[in-house]
Amino acid sequence: MIAKLLYSGLLASLIAGTAFAGEPRGTNDMGIVVERAIGKVLVVETTRRTVLGEVEGLGDLSHAAAVFSRDGRYAYVFGRDGGLSKVDILTNTLVKRVMQAGNSIGGSISQDGTLIAVQNYEPGGVKIFDAVTLDQLADIPATYGEGGARSKVVGLADAPGKRFVWTLYEAGEIWVADLADPKNPQVRKFKNAGRQPYDGLITPDGRWYIAGLFGEDGLALLDMWNPDKGVQRILDGYGKGDPALPVFKMPHLRGWGFADGKMFLPAIGRHEVLVVDVRTWKEVGRVPVKGQPVFVMPRPDGRQVWVNFALPDNGFMQVIDVPSLSVQKTLEPGPGVLHFEFTPRGETVWVSVRDKDAVKIYDTGTLDEVSQFKADKPSGILFTARANKIGL
Amino acid sequence: MRNLFLLAAAVPILFYGVAAPAWAGDPIPSPARQSELDYMLRQDCGSCHGMTFKGGLGSPLLPEQLEGKSEDALADVVLDGIPGTPMPPWRSLLTQPEARWMIARLRRGLDQ
Repeated sequence: MIAKLLYSGLLASLIAGTAFAGEPRGTNDMGIVVERAIGKVLVVETTRRTVLGEVEGLGDLSHAAAVFSRDGRYAYVFGRDGGLSKVDILTNTLVKRVMQAGNSIGGSISQDGTLIAVQNYEPGGVKIFDAVTLDQLADIPATYGEGGARSKVVGLADAPGKRFVWTLYEAGEIWVADLADPKNPQVRKFKNAGRQPYDGLITPDGRWYIAGLFGEDGLALLDMWNPDKGVQRILDGYGKGDPALPVFKMPHLRGWGFADGKMFLPAIGRHEVLVVDVRTWKEVGRVPVKGQPVFVMPRPDGRQVWVNFALPDNGFMQVIDVPSLSVQKTLEPGPGVLHFEFTPRGETVWVSVRDKDAVKIYDTGTLDEVSQFKADKPSGILFTARANKIGL
Repeated sequence: MRNLFLLAAAVPILFYGVAAPAWAGDPIPSPARQSELDYMLRQDCGSCHGMTFKGGLGSPLLPEQLEGKSEDALADVVLDGIPGTPMPPWRSLLTQPEARWMIARLRRGLDQ
């Protein structure tokens, strides 16, 4: 009897396996493309540039982000509607989905891959989940001030040592939480970080947390190696004297990176990319660009920086040549360029072109389009290489 | 001379009476422009306010939130923005009648 049960269990798992798999494969050349309007992701691979499958039923993905498990098999997709979905990209299945808030904006995975943190607008705060089961382990409401008001949370990032860092938009505070004991988070709060911090990032070495400020000209910087020094202000008054231009889409800071010892970041209300020396945190240059930058991301080798723009210039992308700090080429993949992602070593860049319902792939050497495929209102493109990077 | 005067008077009456009964004085955006505005509403306004308008960094814009507020005041918010917040002035991309059309669209509810 027991043998028979074991046998039928084995048979069932064999059938389940063969239904999807075929040849075993690694996931290091895989990723997902978010189809924002229809609650779906496409599973893609970058070697042959094909769509391998799709997974539906992920809810409202109008501002969708995702992180990957450390083995590169699961994508954790954070939906605007508060849904946290665990997607198996090898079998194209939705493993589990929990509704954890009313209005959510993104999330992170811990250094050891065991915890998923989700940042929420409504109710404002961060929740911590077990990465395997998606069981909730902790709830950290973003309360501030005397009256117990809750702030929207932006700029969540993972930091070395099973920590997460995030920023409170209304409160102007940066919080660092240690989750060595996941059910008992130890939170350190840095108040007066700046007015209207709209997003944040941690540098790829895990040392510097930077919050962009909408309410003032400058950025808030926290040295994670020396937190007792508190939050410093950098690039104070970088836009002084010039009237700010309308910002039709908020810049995104994740994806900033180093190139040639410098950091490239979007100016707010100025059609410029700011260049900052990462040893002194002083501005060392500005590159005039076509519009309000949204994403400013270096190619993985740092030789180029690619930029997309807010309305009315969201049809364009520009490529900045890093040694000369000048625009090397203007491309027009759009209208509606929402996001782009480099393949892990940077030989191509994948561009989501919402208004053409397409993902376009460019060779970053020739700057020519080399391929494209259909996708319904694509937004985020996220490759599994993110699993191995701090802060993504 | 007299005929010309009559003609000039009749044109606006016809225009308001037939073309724009709901918003006297506003030209209605053309059907092609309406579909652009509808797309912009969902996709671009939706970036901050949520594609279903339940809110994001920007406030929710569901019919219940807009109830009781004047269309002119809401159109001004769209065209001039809210200084000190991320809501930008859309005047360089939208006309007043277009802003009013979008507000009316939001008031009906997205799925209507």
